[in-house]
Amino acid sequence: MEWEIVIGLEVHAQLSTQSKIFSGASTAFGAEPNTQACAIDLGFPGVLPVLNAEVVNMAIKLGLGINAEIAKRSVFARKNYFYPDLPKGYQISQFELPVVGKGYLDILLDDGTTKRIGITRAHLEEDAGKSLHEDFNGMSGIDLNRAGTPLLEIVSEPDMRSAKEAIAYLKTLHSLVRYLGICDGNMQEGSFRCDANVSLRRKGDSKFGTRTELKNINSFRFVERAIMYEVERQMAILEDGGKINQETRLYDSAKNETRPMRSKEEANDYRYFPDPDLLPLLITEEQIAKVRSELPELPQQKHQRFKEVYGLSAYDATVLVSSRAMADYFETAVAASGNQAKLTANWVTGELSAALNKSDMEITSSPVSAEELGKLVLRIADNTISGKIAKTIFESLWNKEGDVDHIIEKQGLKQVTDSSAIEALIEKILAANPQQVADYRSGKDKLFGFFVGQAMKESGGKLNPKQLNDLLKEKLTSGS
Amino acid sequence: MLNKSIAELSHSLQAKKISSHELTQFFLERIKKLDPQLNSFITVTEQQALDAAKKADAQLAQGKAGPLTGIPIAQKDIFCTLGVKTSCGSKMLDNFISPYDATVIKRFNEAGMVMLGKTNMDEFAMGSSNENSYYGSVKNPWNVEYVPGGSSGGSAAAVAASLAPVATGTDTGGSIRQPAALCGISGIKPTYGRISRYGMIAFASSLDQGGLFAKSAEDLAWVLNTMAGFDENDSTSANIAVPDYTNTLNDSLKGLRIGLPKEFFSDALDKDIGNAIQTAIKVYEKLGATFHEINLPNTSLSIPAYYVIAPAECSSNLARFDGVRYGHRCEDPKDLEDLYKRSRSEGFGKEVTRRIMIGTYALSAGYYDAYYIKAQKIRRLVADDFRKAFKSVDVILGPTTPSPAFKLGEKTSDPISMYLSDIYTIAVNLAGLPGMSIPAGFTKGLPIGMQLIGNAFAEARLLNVAHAYQKETDWHTKTPEGF
Repeated sequence: MEWEIVIGLEVHAQLSTQSKIFSGASTAFGAEPNTQACAIDLGFPGVLPVLNAEVVNMAIKLGLGINAEIAKRSVFARKNYFYPDLPKGYQISQFELPVVGKGYLDILLDDGTTKRIGITRAHLEEDAGKSLHEDFNGMSGIDLNRAGTPLLEIVSEPDMRSAKEAIAYLKTLHSLVRYLGICDGNMQEGSFRCDANVSLRRKGDSKFGTRTELKNINSFRFVERAIMYEVERQMAILEDGGKINQETRLYDSAKNETRPMRSKEEANDYRYFPDPDLLPLLITEEQIAKVRSELPELPQQKHQRFKEVYGLSAYDATVLVSSRAMADYFETAVAASGNQAKLTANWVTGELSAALNKSDMEITSSPVSAEELGKLVLRIADNTISGKIAKTIFESLWNKEGDVDHIIEKQGLKQVTDSSAIEALIEKILAANPQQVADYRSGKDKLFGFFVGQAMKESGGKLNPKQLNDLLKEKLTSGS
Repeated sequence: MLNKSIAELSHSLQAKKISSHELTQFFLERIKKLDPQLNSFITVTEQQALDAAKKADAQLAQGKAGPLTGIPIAQKDIFCTLGVKTSCGSKMLDNFISPYDATVIKRFNEAGMVMLGKTNMDEFAMGSSNENSYYGSVKNPWNVEYVPGGSSGGSAAAVAASLAPVATGTDTGGSIRQPAALCGISGIKPTYGRISRYGMIAFASSLDQGGLFAKSAEDLAWVLNTMAGFDENDSTSANIAVPDYTNTLNDSLKGLRIGLPKEFFSDALDKDIGNAIQTAIKVYEKLGATFHEINLPNTSLSIPAYYVIAPAECSSNLARFDGVRYGHRCEDPKDLEDLYKRSRSEGFGKEVTRRIMIGTYALSAGYYDAYYIKAQKIRRLVADDFRKAFKSVDVILGPTTPSPAFKLGEKTSDPISMYLSDIYTIAVNLAGLPGMSIPAGFTKGLPIGMQLIGNAFAEARLLNVAHAYQKETDWHTKTPEGF
């Protein structure tokens, strides 16, 4: 039986405001438990919420970033349920009238094509606190620092057909919220969280199968693994003629499995109703226009520009625009390289990215500045050094041994492009290896590499490779 | 010091004829002596009151005093008061010491007023007789076998018995106007949004509104000047300038158009109350007002709509009382569910439990449209009735309650008949309008209340209309025997 995988994602992006969505308490991560929760966050009797204006601008930014309609009037609603880390016994969210309506994101697939993923809605809500289940004299602890942190929940259509597409969508959205400056995207700290709705249907069916909701997926890698696991699990059940339970399942990354949290029957009736403590959120055209005028260039526009202006491939452009910092680095480097776009792209996505990965560093704290990397590329392009020597210089730059020209000078790495000097060296090598010369001339073409190697060894790798090739061929041929 | 208006007390304080300390001591002693008969206070903050009075006297001595500096006030125990037990009449909050002051408390403190204590009330402001208090029922000073009304029964009884010159209340469906009527004093529930709700423990957020009790409309005007105003901590607070309510008290009523809603004068209305209202109409006619019959056709629907909306909001508002962070927590909970169930069952009384259940039901999947949405539609119709009426009249007049105070225990087993005692007041909350009750006579020794309803933010006009009546009559000067 051929099965089609259907995936929809719900992303909770924590908005990077200074203070909480309905109170003045700080949102900074990692403080001592319950030190960043005021009377409002603690749900004391009599307290009232006041909306943080900054979250509205952030929601508008996202709406513009996903080409969505922004509601002129949206409504905060109470989602009622009991849990110890939910101080008021309800979460202030948006239900029937969310701030951001239908939109979409275009994602790039492995085969180079793009696919449009629909976004159903995005709404504002407050986060809950955290239950700490380590033993406090036989009781659980509650940390309410996170209670009231602003979240934007972004709900996709069930448009993804593989774990790879889900990852591509998630990465595109992740990059977008960081470009917009509305979320720091830190998945480990929970600033960018993802729930996945997964179901299977027979290829060709128009009706969706019963879905399960996977929770607690806190890295890109786990998204893929959790979906893969769940697909296998559902497939095994369906192939045996069984039925899928509509339920919420928890992903356990240590065991790499999903297990049931609660079924539809046990699901809460959240008794949503408009929050009478908050007025409807009204957004004007002027407000939207103002936010639009302040938007940075977004990944898709940048992608297009990189292809057009720099002549980069779609792949290079995708990698470079994946973060604003990398794109900015690239553009600075290109300018310093004398517009060697392709070569600079290779260096940024190749050598530099590998080195950063190895040291687990962000590009913003790279020991090799964008200007220096550009200069290095320039020196390759103007034949001052070879690509091979450039790698040595890169290492020196990484170790902060000076700037590019200084290192070339100091270590005497300048490429030899003087034809007479190269010819003299070739003569010397040919003279020292008469047997090999004779063999070559009698047809052993493979020995050409031997002469190149000898010449490079003798010169410390500094000969211009193309000149060496041309001149060597000339000498070997002319002498026969 | 007894039966002096707030204006007179203020002048005496400014003129140093009396000190705030003396005044405060005077009321504290009355409370000590007389309140055991009434049970109108849950907490008397004697030491704090004397300290505040001392501070007020210092300000008066330095000439830094405002018009209310040194005037004592009683606070309904629904307003959070820093460092003082704020119980809301519930066992649930019997151990709750508020870590902050409600906005209105702050305003009174900054104006130099002296808090005498926290007054008794129906638990979480749910009730019309003050029999739903964890701290026992409050007695009506006019006859201690009768209820004072509710939910702000403690404040009403305290002012009626002259245990405080002024007291705060809250009114969700009539909880200021009904006890004011039953205790023979003046009470005002301002427009929704006029008084900050920050720090006022929520019952039904879209209906709750703080207000005042005093002996006269003039007293109310003096204190409302300080209590009213925009609060950035309350998103539903109105950012509209507050006039000086004392400025327009003596405006002429010539040409004033008063509406009489047909629906308020049915057979259900007590005869003596009906007659008292007719007598009051004559007083107003003499002052130059004209009367016009109006229709508020959806009045009868306001009680069922109210008893969906208010419980729905209360079921959510009271979810925070879960025994986790503050308030009552049951002994040795087995697990989380046990903690919730027992803490809440033990902490909440019968009426509160009933309303939480009604509200939870009304908001449940499958019932939401039939109850909550329908009730909201009725609410709009009720508001429309008033909107239409105020196109042709300036003020609406009628009885506050269909009958005078009833006996303690008389209606406790019949919640529906208890709910019906708010028939004339509830629609005003649904429409968010300002309303007042002022004394207009007696029946069998019990006070009769007359209700005045104004257009949104027309508090000044209401106080003016009430004051004009009180200049012509002396019902508001009567005091219960023994107090």
